[in-house]
Amino acid sequence: MIFWRAIAAAALLATNSALLAGEIPPDERRSGYSFMGPDSRAMQDDDTSNPGMLFVLDGEALWTKKTGSAEKACADCHGDARSSMKGVAARYPALDKTLARPVTLDQRINLCRGNHQKATPLSYESRDLLALSAFVAHQSRGVPITAGGDPELKPFLEQGRDLFMQREGQLNLACANCHDHNFDKRLAGAPITQAQPTGYPLYRLEWQTLGSIERRLRSCMTGVRAQAYDYGSPELVALELYLMSRARGLPMETPAVRP
Amino acid sequence: MTALINVPAKARRGDIIEIRTLTSHIMETGFRHTADGALVPRDIVTSFTCRYNGTEIFSADLFPAIAANPYLSFFTVAKESGKFEFEWTGDNGYSSSASASITVE
Repeated sequence: MIFWRAIAAAALLATNSALLAGEIPPDERRSGYSFMGPDSRAMQDDDTSNPGMLFVLDGEALWTKKTGSAEKACADCHGDARSSMKGVAARYPALDKTLARPVTLDQRINLCRGNHQKATPLSYESRDLLALSAFVAHQSRGVPITAGGDPELKPFLEQGRDLFMQREGQLNLACANCHDHNFDKRLAGAPITQAQPTGYPLYRLEWQTLGSIERRLRSCMTGVRAQAYDYGSPELVALELYLMSRARGLPMETPAVRP
Repeated sequence: MTALINVPAKARRGDIIEIRTLTSHIMETGFRHTADGALVPRDIVTSFTCRYNGTEIFSADLFPAIAANPYLSFFTVAKESGKFEFEWTGDNGYSSSASASITVE
């Protein structure tokens, strides 16, 4: 009896450590860029052929445009984004002290609009919100990701990690099944990446537009035939936080181009 | 609308230069339907022209199968310093223009 219990315990321990061993070691973490073909890479590398740059230009115009009943522009408080926003996107989602939970860059922009500009929030995936977050995140291009370092974020980070490991949907797949254990293989001809969120918001050729990481996560969930979480839901924020902390040290690429 | 133009700032007389243009447009095909069955009306860029110091050097007709944010690249011979003017026109009276200058030595 004790013998069998010991075997069961050993087996449990083994599967447990296998799961942990399944996580990608820091020095083997690779951006989705390295999984792309030469044409897509060239498209991202040249700022005059990267369609994401069109949104960055729109965002630059919005940055200095006065809006809301406070008649304030982003630039009135934050000044030149080139210096004030450098590295900011690399540490988002970040803790909001008043809300006592992490907020994404998109949510931060809308909080700023509500609290300081006295303007209506921009809806998720709207052109203006994508343009502003692309412009802000573009200032961090080349900056290593630092998100998730705040000790107060620990419970949210763990929630995100659990969601990443949890099987869901009719296909009963967890994010980790593809992106931790089977990257570099192919799914219907397309390479499976490590799901490192280095370039969001990014231009997906399939979408023919810029999209947020939440859109990407939702389409993966639909892909495994699970009910996708709503935009801005705590689950999506926790997943984004975990993914960003998982990509710690990788340089930001916003706006990236992906197939 | 926003456009990104890549023209070399300088060139030698007689050089063959590449011009690359990227413009922002949704290029809605007119073949898609909404969830409740209504047709999404066509909204595309239908033509593009490039003028080099007033003379048309390149033009193109665009069609519904062309992806959003059309990217066009073409070549010309650098003859004289001056200005390239680009114009996109399309459905619903859409019109957008951009320009870039070049110094030819």
